[in-house]
Amino acid sequence: MEKENNNSSRRNFLRLGALGSVALAGTAIASAVSCEDKAKTGKKVKVLTADGKLIEIDSSHVEHHASNDKFSKEEVRQGIEGKKFIRVIDLARCANERKCVEGCQKAHNILAPVEYIKVKKMQNSALESPYWFPTMCYHCDNPPCTKVCPVDATFKRSDGIVAIDNDRCIGCKFCMAACPYSARTFNFGRPEQVKYSEEHKNDTSDPNHCITPYAQEGTVAKCDFCTDRSAHGLLPACVVECPNGAIFHGDELEDVVTNGEDTFRLKKLLADRAGYRQFEELGTKPRVYYLPPVKRNFPFEDATEVHNTKE
Amino acid sequence: MSEEKNITESTKYETFTQEEYMIMKDDLLRPIEKIGKAGKIWIAFLVAVCLAGVVAYYIQETKSKYVTVSLRDYTMWGVYISNFVFFVALSLVGVLMSAVLKLTHFEWYRPLSRIAEVIAVGAIMLAGVSIVAAMGRPDRLYYLVTHGRIQSPIVWDIIVIMTYLATSIILLFIPLIPSLSTCKNHLKNLPKWQLKMYEMLSFGWEGTPEQWKILKKTVKILTVLVIPLGISIHTVTAWLFALTLRSEWDSTNFGAYFVSGAFLLGSAAMIIATFIFRKAYKLEKYLTEMHFDKLGQVMVLMGLIYAYFNINEYLVPAYKMSGLHANHLLNLFTGEEAPFYWSVVFFGIVVPCILPMFKKMRKPLPLTIIALAVFIAGWFKRYLIVIPGLLHPYLPIQDVPASWTHYSPSLIEWTIVAATFAAMMLIVTLFSRYFPIISVWEVAEGKLEGKEEIINYK
Repeated sequence: MEKENNNSSRRNFLRLGALGSVALAGTAIASAVSCEDKAKTGKKVKVLTADGKLIEIDSSHVEHHASNDKFSKEEVRQGIEGKKFIRVIDLARCANERKCVEGCQKAHNILAPVEYIKVKKMQNSALESPYWFPTMCYHCDNPPCTKVCPVDATFKRSDGIVAIDNDRCIGCKFCMAACPYSARTFNFGRPEQVKYSEEHKNDTSDPNHCITPYAQEGTVAKCDFCTDRSAHGLLPACVVECPNGAIFHGDELEDVVTNGEDTFRLKKLLADRAGYRQFEELGTKPRVYYLPPVKRNFPFEDATEVHNTKE
Repeated sequence: MSEEKNITESTKYETFTQEEYMIMKDDLLRPIEKIGKAGKIWIAFLVAVCLAGVVAYYIQETKSKYVTVSLRDYTMWGVYISNFVFFVALSLVGVLMSAVLKLTHFEWYRPLSRIAEVIAVGAIMLAGVSIVAAMGRPDRLYYLVTHGRIQSPIVWDIIVIMTYLATSIILLFIPLIPSLSTCKNHLKNLPKWQLKMYEMLSFGWEGTPEQWKILKKTVKILTVLVIPLGISIHTVTAWLFALTLRSEWDSTNFGAYFVSGAFLLGSAAMIIATFIFRKAYKLEKYLTEMHFDKLGQVMVLMGLIYAYFNINEYLVPAYKMSGLHANHLLNLFTGEEAPFYWSVVFFGIVVPCILPMFKKMRKPLPLTIIALAVFIAGWFKRYLIVIPGLLHPYLPIQDVPASWTHYSPSLIEWTIVAATFAAMMLIVTLFSRYFPIISVWEVAEGKLEGKEEIINYK
């Protein structure tokens, strides 16, 4: 028990260290940097010692470090400790510029017409005004998709993310049928996509690039909240790309969300701006909140261009 | 009322003799002895369609599925899953025509029960094949065993389908044992291996009173067991849909609705099969007009039950027209799918409820035509349950290519579906070529109701 606690707090600490948030006192740092005989990776990471000094060591000395880039299968399934990712989308700021869509496609090596994040034109009734509505996987707290998966290929992580293990997925598509938000897409092996995935497998020219590969052919894929970018303390691609800062990403436990420029207290923002979740009545408990499109930054302009006509 | 019938039916055959039994054996075993030219062509045709399906599946799995099949993100289940639902429904024919009639002492079940059970076994196997055809990664099928999670309705479905398949095979096989012994003793002009097969499969059956006692008891237990199993497989299949949050499937009515539809489909399938076997194997003496008359009545009853559940399924939400259901329902009632939907309602519900009420319509030919219409409408009904709703999700579908908003199965998909049908008919045909499709002893026993002699006939 003692050892386990020790281990987890160490892991926590080191992750935070990599994020540059040098705050916690490192109690177990000595044991983490003990093994001298490991092969060096050449990568340097900053860690905080027990007496408060910030030192640089080779990343091979630290276990479970984000800079090692690779998380074990188990870690990917468990999620990042001490985090609970959450998202708030300010509909008043969305002008359907589709930068989030394109940024996401680039980050995940996916080609149109596949979109993990979609911007839909919504109009609740004739007299109400239309508005733009970005949707994606809501990473529900009561996810209907993970319940029905026969092989545990899609699962809820401790950090709130609903993830997919593409090595496990058998392609039954039951999760797609179960999702009331149509958030999931399937890799049917579209030839252009297959070629593109192959070519851009190791392409890191895009600073927002996610290293998690696109779903294997015959398996399901969807928005993963840019899991690996989150693990490195970076904001998801759509958040970074939005020119109007409409998407706020953050941590429920820290009670903070940010679009990269503005940072808000989550609870206060939701309370002040009457935040809501889509289809609350379905009971899925989404982790994505919306702020109603009031006092808009832009007048609503209908889209004249269709983007995804190509088969 | 049924009891009265039993008495009249059993007294009718008092004069049953050993000679008559020999004639009956000759009649019922004749299809095994010689196979006509038409029979050979029919089998060759079915094999060809099956092979076409295998080729189509090979193409589907080796080439890009985006090109070979019309499935897209919204219509991700498509025709394979509706075909799966259809075959699961069809497999309930064994429950209805063999188990229910047997346990309620409707004596006319006797020549029909084995036909029904073979169809059931074939259908449940092809239901499994349809599911595998729909899978994105069939190479990972074994994950269902190695990583299966009991929370998932798919795992429930696999468990009940496997159990039902096993039970159905045993239920088909056990009453077959005396028939195999009959084949062995009666048919001498067959190839050696075939006689050897009968010998092996009859497990040294001698027809002693003790053996008969065990056989009867086993069959009775299995017959009782197969009813809840059959109802479970179709209820769980209905749950695959009803356990999702989608409006078109969000119904507490779904299990009963599916089971009632399966019974209607079962009666139609039984009529078609009876008609074909009667003509092809000249079994008019055993598959009589009385059977069509009764099956027509069964069809009306099942049709009315199905109509009742359809009214609950469609008209109750239609009356309220809630925002969640309106999209899907209006599309079926007055929208793009309306002509399709209403023809399926007409041929699949109105026709079986009304036409067989008239005695003239319960003659073999008219009833078979009605049954064919019900059968085909039954297939399209499953299509309508699975597919149009997928294109009407809660969030509107916008800005996607045309093929994403309209689903029409590709040639590959149609070929595979056709092959599943051919494979099912091939199973039934081949079975009837090697085993007596009408159970000799069961029919004889029916005619000898109350007499003990049956055990002496071999």
